Amino acid sequence: MAMAIRVCLLLLVFLSSAIVSFSLYEDQVGLMDWHQRYIGKVKHAVFHTQKTGRKRVIVSTEENVVASLDLRHGEIFWRHVLGTKDAIDGVDIALGKYVITLSSQGSMLRAWNLPDGQMVWETSLHSAQSSKSLLSVPINLKADKDYPILVFGGGYLHAVSAIDGEVLWKKDFTAEGFEVQRVLQPPESSVIYVLGFLHSSEAVVYQIDSKTGEVVAQKSMVFPGGFSGEISSVSSDKVVVLDSTRSILVTIGFLDGDISFHKTPISDLVEDSGNAEILSPLLSDMLAVKVSKRTMFVRVGGEGKLEVVDSLSDETAMSDSLPVADDQVAFASVHHEGSKIHLMVKLVDDLDTVLLRESIQMDQHRGRVHKVFINNYIKTDRSNGFRALIVMEDHSLLLLQQGAIVWSREEGLASVTDVTTAELPVEKDGVSVAKVEHTLVDWLKGHVLKLKGSLLLASPEDVAAIQEMRMQSSGRSKLTRDHNGFRKLFIALTRAGKLFALHTGDGRIVWSMLLNSPSKSEACERPSGISLYQWQVPHHHAMDENPSVLVVGRCGSDSSAPGVLSLVDVYTGKEISSSDIGHSVVQVMPLPFTDSTEQRLHLIADTEGHVHLYPKTSEALSIFQREFQNVYWYTVEGDDGIIRGHAMKSSCAGETADEYCFTTRELWTVVFPSESEKIISTLTRKPNEVVHTQAKVSTDQDVLYKYVSRNLLFVATVSPKGAGEIGSVTPEESALVVYLIDTITGRILHRLSHQGCQGPVHAVFSENWVVYHYFNLRAHKYEVTVVEIYDQSRAENKNVWKLVLGKHNLTAPISSYSRPEMFTKSQSYFFAQSVKTIAVTSTAKGITSKQLLIGTIGDQILALDKRFVDPRRTLNPSQAEKEEGIIPLTDSLPIIPQSYITHSLKVEGLRGIVTAPAKLESTTHVFAYGVDLFYTRLAPSKTYDSLTDDFSYALLLITIVALVAAIYITWVISEKRELSEKWR
Amino acid sequence: MDKGKAVMGAGRRWAVDFSDQSTVPSSRDILDPPGFSRISPEQDDSATSRQKKDAEANWKLQKAWEVAQSPFKNLMMMGFMMWMAGNTVHLFSIGITFSALWQPLSALQSVGKVFEPFKDNKVELLMPKLVFLALNLGGLALGIWKLNTLGLLPTHASDWVSSLPPPQEVEHSGGGFAFH
Repeated sequence: MAMAIRVCLLLLVFLSSAIVSFSLYEDQVGLMDWHQRYIGKVKHAVFHTQKTGRKRVIVSTEENVVASLDLRHGEIFWRHVLGTKDAIDGVDIALGKYVITLSSQGSMLRAWNLPDGQMVWETSLHSAQSSKSLLSVPINLKADKDYPILVFGGGYLHAVSAIDGEVLWKKDFTAEGFEVQRVLQPPESSVIYVLGFLHSSEAVVYQIDSKTGEVVAQKSMVFPGGFSGEISSVSSDKVVVLDSTRSILVTIGFLDGDISFHKTPISDLVEDSGNAEILSPLLSDMLAVKVSKRTMFVRVGGEGKLEVVDSLSDETAMSDSLPVADDQVAFASVHHEGSKIHLMVKLVDDLDTVLLRESIQMDQHRGRVHKVFINNYIKTDRSNGFRALIVMEDHSLLLLQQGAIVWSREEGLASVTDVTTAELPVEKDGVSVAKVEHTLVDWLKGHVLKLKGSLLLASPEDVAAIQEMRMQSSGRSKLTRDHNGFRKLFIALTRAGKLFALHTGDGRIVWSMLLNSPSKSEACERPSGISLYQWQVPHHHAMDENPSVLVVGRCGSDSSAPGVLSLVDVYTGKEISSSDIGHSVVQVMPLPFTDSTEQRLHLIADTEGHVHLYPKTSEALSIFQREFQNVYWYTVEGDDGIIRGHAMKSSCAGETADEYCFTTRELWTVVFPSESEKIISTLTRKPNEVVHTQAKVSTDQDVLYKYVSRNLLFVATVSPKGAGEIGSVTPEESALVVYLIDTITGRILHRLSHQGCQGPVHAVFSENWVVYHYFNLRAHKYEVTVVEIYDQSRAENKNVWKLVLGKHNLTAPISSYSRPEMFTKSQSYFFAQSVKTIAVTSTAKGITSKQLLIGTIGDQILALDKRFVDPRRTLNPSQAEKEEGIIPLTDSLPIIPQSYITHSLKVEGLRGIVTAPAKLESTTHVFAYGVDLFYTRLAPSKTYDSLTDDFSYALLLITIVALVAAIYITWVISEKRELSEKWR
Repeated sequence: MDKGKAVMGAGRRWAVDFSDQSTVPSSRDILDPPGFSRISPEQDDSATSRQKKDAEANWKLQKAWEVAQSPFKNLMMMGFMMWMAGNTVHLFSIGITFSALWQPLSALQSVGKVFEPFKDNKVELLMPKLVFLALNLGGLALGIWKLNTLGLLPTHASDWVSSLPPPQEVEHSGGGFAFH
């Protein structure tokens, strides 16, 4: 029971927060947290502007989102995030009131109500095989008061009623292996033409009665060369395809059911023939072909004759054609010129007639235009106006109208891949921030208002004013560092290779930057970002240097592609330097050493088993050489089930090698039996995590020494059969095994096997414990297990006098080669929810108790106290244990609705949670990303080291003033009385 | 105020000083009144004075012993209070424990002052002082024992290691799955 004062006080603090039900009051929502909604990179867009009223555009995106956006402001009317495996293949509007989406490779058809986004019907279509899918919503096809939607997917052609989603008829093409390419419908006819390829060498046209699905006629013709699959339909009876050599354009005419081929070699059209590519836009009587970096418009005449009518430089994005008035068809093209983009709308029939020509200044950091969608409207002078929705290289979505950007959405933030934090600049004396600071009068006014609020005297207007004031509470969004470390930047790297700096105060984008390749070569114009590291965090020395982050990128998608390193200044968002490193990037390892300017040393491993040291300075080299023997790296080969450990060997030999390149030698391997175990998850501690103490004091004054090591790897394996979906195996067939492996020596420190359990495993590793989540097939429930690791070899350090005199080796540096004796304590609990990701709070000194942040399947984040996953929990804890805060053991972990830190919000498509400490020990930043972004500040043990925002300074001030006044008055009175006493 | 001062200053015309400290009659103009003797009481009859002195010394010694034993009562009361306070850390028990520590300490500090009135050449104060000290030390020990039972003394290993940071590691490693 005895305990040092410090511990006692800490305990008091923790006890005061016993059974923390972290929750907010309604008026506190949005004070510390912000939430941003995104949709992702737009794939398809359908405008809906015919009717008066709200103009909107329906979009489907690469993040599997279908959304309706306001065309005036770009806000989201409604949005649905489909599952990660439910990719959207097509979107269209049917009957003028339903949004039809086809997803999951043509096997799921849904209709959403256009105004409010409610699902009207959903039809699961039969699918036999995976194939490309096609959605076609014929405009004027009518069959018995019904409007069929034609869907091809999985080898079947379905006609589905637009009204209720019922399957009207289906045609099985699986037997022949027929791939439908186009469904064409001649006007004024109930027969539809279904064109497809058989084994990519035979063109087949079916004429199908749209009412019954019966095949009226069938024609096929073999094309000896074979098709490449790219197809462009130019009119209702002609399509153009490329042959398999990509050098001949084949016009397929199928007028009246007769198939005819007409071959035109590309070399006939242009001199410099190369591999051609048919671009996707649908233009009438014309097609766009890309040959050796030039885009050509090829008109298809009668008899299938082709002629080039125009050609444009590369980097041109084109829209589909759009019917404008008087049977004319127009299309838009956008190309770059310097920092401007030029939007042109031309008539398809007459390319010289330019309906619209606009030049718009465009931010360099948006990159190229990837997609254009146009829509027309009738101006007041009865001429045609055009609005264009463009998708940029950084995935942002912009609406252009009348030569200006009406609105823009930073959709790149829907695909964040890596996040790190950075400090803001220190407030300098010279910098004026007076505008943000309140004057004294304002300050006092504000506090009087707050006082009124806390005394329940405030009128509704006052309440509104208080809320307003709280929202923009003094300097919440200032661009300087604050005392408590609440203002920070989150640096996010997106899939598009763009870097965003988000302010924790209000979530606004402070700066953004698109990664550039230094070489500007054709192969690597835009490197893809892989990961982010903190390169330079100046604090002791080099205070005048700006902090910077390291962005590791790669030119190309395969792992042997050369890497690109880019250093970005955090304060300004400017690229300091960018270099082609000339070798591939397989792993990046930040070392725990910094040079004199606080640049962190990094090792980058390539595919050849060499490691390269960065920064390439002689100082870094000398630091590294000092620690050369103590640096190791390991690789996990998931497919083979092997973990290998390597040590540094010597400098690289060879002509290309420099002195910063080192070879490695293999030290150890851990081979998992491939017939019974498959690696599904590995995890280490966060390298920058701070641990306050190595001792864990139990209730009876016993000391347990934590086994705190950065060189521990948690590995989870399952039986290969059980690697699939949950429930695909019987409990007898599946087993989950977890290991703790020392990554220096390869020693397996602990092995725990769960029979009848299955992945996916979501785990979190912090200090000396691992918590992981998996599925128990026997109990049909999810389970959470905690494993705490303690050091047995130090357990003998119990002599008080030795400890008092400092005669112990507890703080001496330890080596993994001194055989660690460790023991573990573990416990399992049921958990009612499926989990997407788990994180843990981290604080500046590691004193504050921890909370697990569980991203649930409902895209919310649940904060669960670590005390709930404590292996010391027992059914009947003693009085002393209760005092220490040990919770009686229950079979399942509680889900307290108030402890959802996302309160009523959802972080759609949640993928990751990042925590970062604030300067204030009690507080931690939490940033969650998915399709949406969410940020909040958490205090797992409540804010024991600061006053709350609600604290009424005015009340304190008034009390002090009143006290001083009272003291003065009573002093005067007593003086007077004394005087009169004397005179008596 | 100024006015009052002026009035008072103006009103002081004459003064009589009744005090007269001088003891030598020759220096004075006025004779002592009849029957008044300036001889001090000390120069009284010596036998009676010695008797008186012995009685006083006895009385002083008795008093000194009483003072020396007074902490005992205190000790008993403290013991009772501590028993009442229980073994859990809260405001009451901490207050009692600290007063139990403070009282003997302050008493020990002022041990000279406490026995000042009984100081006499003939009175042997060593024993009372020692008893006083012993009792107070007993009180202090009681307080410390109480402190220990409350768990506020760092007598366990856990109290000395609870703020030790984890040891540095000699080796460093990194790696994991290859980027893809």
